[in-house]
Amino acid sequence: MDGLSIIKAASAIGAGLAMIGGIGPGLGQGYAAGKASEAVGRQPEAQGDIIKTMLIGQAVGETCGIYSLIVALILIFANPFI
Amino acid sequence: MNGPELYGYIFGIPITETIVNTWITMAIAFVVCFLFTRNLKKHPGKLQVIGEMIINAIDNLVAGNMGKDKMFFAPYILSLMMFLVFANTCGMYDLRAPTADISFPLTLALITFVLIEVFTWKGRGPKGYFKEYIEPFPFMFPINIIEKLSRPVSMTFRIFGNLLGGVIIMILSYEGLTGLMGLALFIPIPLHFYLDLFVGCIQAFIFTTLTMVFIARGMDVE
Repeated sequence: MDGLSIIKAASAIGAGLAMIGGIGPGLGQGYAAGKASEAVGRQPEAQGDIIKTMLIGQAVGETCGIYSLIVALILIFANPFI
Repeated sequence: MNGPELYGYIFGIPITETIVNTWITMAIAFVVCFLFTRNLKKHPGKLQVIGEMIINAIDNLVAGNMGKDKMFFAPYILSLMMFLVFANTCGMYDLRAPTADISFPLTLALITFVLIEVFTWKGRGPKGYFKEYIEPFPFMFPINIIEKLSRPVSMTFRIFGNLLGGVIIMILSYEGLTGLMGLALFIPIPLHFYLDLFVGCIQAFIFTTLTMVFIARGMDVE
């Protein structure tokens, strides 16, 4: 087994590990959506505003998950170690 | 899975798929604007009513997020949102979305960054502008610098990551479907609706909203 294949295998494993970061935004977005459902249940007439606020908050909170996706993509398609 | 295709060079400038698709997006946006505003009348026709509804929605958005005194941003916000919506939904007509290349969202995020800085300077004056760096305490200076510089980076990566993820999932699903021809008709359609239409429109909305909020927060003196 030469060095290059070890680097490739380690990069693939690293890309998989990086995507564990997807847990965080998943939990956060689910929590935000749950709270928004509660708010709509309490105040159905404010549904439009609640959905807008929820989507913005979720998209901003998604950033860290996107960072882990970028790291995984760089490791797979534009590997700096090869 | 490849990056954007390279078609050739014009005067040493590489012409990639992204550039071609951006020009196609611009042409579509221009044609749509032209159709909506072609013959404006006192008694509006169908197209004019839809156009007025869009303009009203954008005006309300700007008034709600930035305040009534910054209504002069409404044309820029509408152009930005329209451009992003057409660019993000390129996958619907089988083009690679230009936002799935980092240069396109980075350019827009840098425009937003410059706008934030310029209008913070204009709204608060030089003294207020530099005071922003040492708030709430002088030793927070490096953290404030990092916060300022991380805004365009996070805006770029948010839209780029979402769209590139969508493009990769679409390519994977099309490649995986070659094995099962019977299902190939039904699986990509909901994926297109979610990844191209829904995510694209949401991301365009998020980008414009963040632009508005950051500019307004910089201009308003507490």
